[in-house]
Amino acid sequence: MAAITQKEARINKVSLPAEICIHAIVGLFALACIIPFIFIIIISFSSTESLQAVGYSFFPISWSLTAYEAAFNMGSVLWQSYLNSFIVTGVGTFLSVIMTVLYAYGLARRDYPLRHFFAFFIIFTMVFGGGLAPTVMVIRNLLGLSDSLAALIVPALLVPFNVIVMRTFIKASVPESLIESARLDGSGEFHTLLTIVVPLSKPGIATVALLTAINYWNDWFNALLFIRNRSMYPLQYLLMQMQNDIDFIRRNMALIGATNINLADLPSDGLRMALCVLIVVPIACAYPFFQKYIVAGLTVGAIKE
Amino acid sequence: MRLFAARHKKTLTITLMMLPGAIWLLLLRYLPMAGVVIAFQNYRPHPPNPTMINNILNSRFVGLENFRFIFATDIAWRFIRNTLAYNAVFIVLTTVFAIALAIALSEITKKFIAKLYQTLMFFPFFISWVVVSYFVFAFLSPTHGTFANVSNWYMDPWGWPVILTSAHLWKSLGFTCIIYLAAITGVDHGQYEAAAIDGASKWNQIWSITIPNIRPMIIIMFILAVGRIFNADIGLFYNVPLNSGPLFPVTDVVDTYVLRAFQTLSMGMATAVGLFQQIIGFICIMTANAIVRKVDSDSAIF
Repeated sequence: MAAITQKEARINKVSLPAEICIHAIVGLFALACIIPFIFIIIISFSSTESLQAVGYSFFPISWSLTAYEAAFNMGSVLWQSYLNSFIVTGVGTFLSVIMTVLYAYGLARRDYPLRHFFAFFIIFTMVFGGGLAPTVMVIRNLLGLSDSLAALIVPALLVPFNVIVMRTFIKASVPESLIESARLDGSGEFHTLLTIVVPLSKPGIATVALLTAINYWNDWFNALLFIRNRSMYPLQYLLMQMQNDIDFIRRNMALIGATNINLADLPSDGLRMALCVLIVVPIACAYPFFQKYIVAGLTVGAIKE
Repeated sequence: MRLFAARHKKTLTITLMMLPGAIWLLLLRYLPMAGVVIAFQNYRPHPPNPTMINNILNSRFVGLENFRFIFATDIAWRFIRNTLAYNAVFIVLTTVFAIALAIALSEITKKFIAKLYQTLMFFPFFISWVVVSYFVFAFLSPTHGTFANVSNWYMDPWGWPVILTSAHLWKSLGFTCIIYLAAITGVDHGQYEAAAIDGASKWNQIWSITIPNIRPMIIIMFILAVGRIFNADIGLFYNVPLNSGPLFPVTDVVDTYVLRAFQTLSMGMATAVGLFQQIIGFICIMTANAIVRKVDSDSAIF
């Protein structure tokens, strides 16, 4: 029997030339997905002379560590941004997951009479909103959040899509009867949530936590809206501002004829590429290990109930 | 009576759990909705107490004046056209390429190589648009870029429709493909084996087994994307072209315009253009959802 199945499997394989074609196409695309990052790494290790002579190249004339030395010489600016990004990602993800699980648990309880109201309350915000200007004004003026890490955390605390994913996960992995029998045994709601629902929906929580963490780590938009003070910059925004600063100086140098500004004093191209690498490396190292949770989340999110 | 009390206690406890999220939604999503009245006002700060509420209460209503100002210019039609055209192209290309890639991946016999491809393809999903803008800059930089001698990229708009489309596909194909791949893996293998015994070629199997099996999912993903056709990815359109003014004719979309209106125009106009986007977006999503419900009622979002 096993032999037959194996034979059938071999029969129902694509032909060898076809498989080579598949490898060529899919492989090329897969390679294209990481080539830009490899390019940035190479540039960051290229020497200044090489950049002057051949520009950004996959094959620099000579290598050097000056870009990274410059990056570490930036001192507090860089470390402060790193710290900000870590705090925002850590605290934000922690609070966000708690809020998401709490909200999703209520929505998942079939015997909770207000679930339809709260479901509408969150889903409506997915289809309509006040728009950018009133939202920013509320956060700045009414909530008084600007130029603080809270201004980077609070606006992204709840993502309705994640709540829906979490609810679907809880519904799929925690049988209603289990919650019911816990209740009959005298377990309170919080106790049930902590001892039954949370352990059973761990993969769902991991998914939501990862999506949230990536969202916080990669955020630049809230910094653009709410942060003026350099010491509050998250990494992504620091990187963005460096690009702007250089463009600004370059453009104005020609205008005002200030030829005495030493271009070497500006953050060099190599330095910025090195920073880029330093931002991506934590993610590049970690994501292969947690991608399966994201896949689980994306596929569960695509199937409703 | 005791059962009644117990039930109420349970309802109360769960409501308490909902409260942090509900308060957040109230403050950060519903309060701004009330703020849309600014779209119909000549909104001005009112000293000595220029709080948002005080300003709204003391600002003059001007009817549709703010909307008239925005739609009197060609810029409005430009960002509407760009938003719709880019999203239409993105939806079609992403759907076609992601399905093709997913089918190709599912046919690879060496599973660990398929896993490797999948991991590499997933990388762009985790990268911020700021970093992507650097990736693009490395190729297009006017001083050192690989393609610096082809064009002055950040001043010359001609290449950007292709660059932006490529950047979008680069970032989104991998994970869209993985969603389809999950659906394909779920197809009953017996169907393929039966077809193979009957002599169906691989090509025939794709068209008469794989595609029909994942069709509901294709339709739903497609319609939901169409529902978001008036929402542009601001990270792509703001960061990748480095917000360069000369490129606006081909890079300005509704979200970048809303941001620029907020930064440079009056609050009334910024709110008006934001409200315009929300209303069109609302209509698109509701229509898409109604269609999804017709096609497959289980997959409707609400």
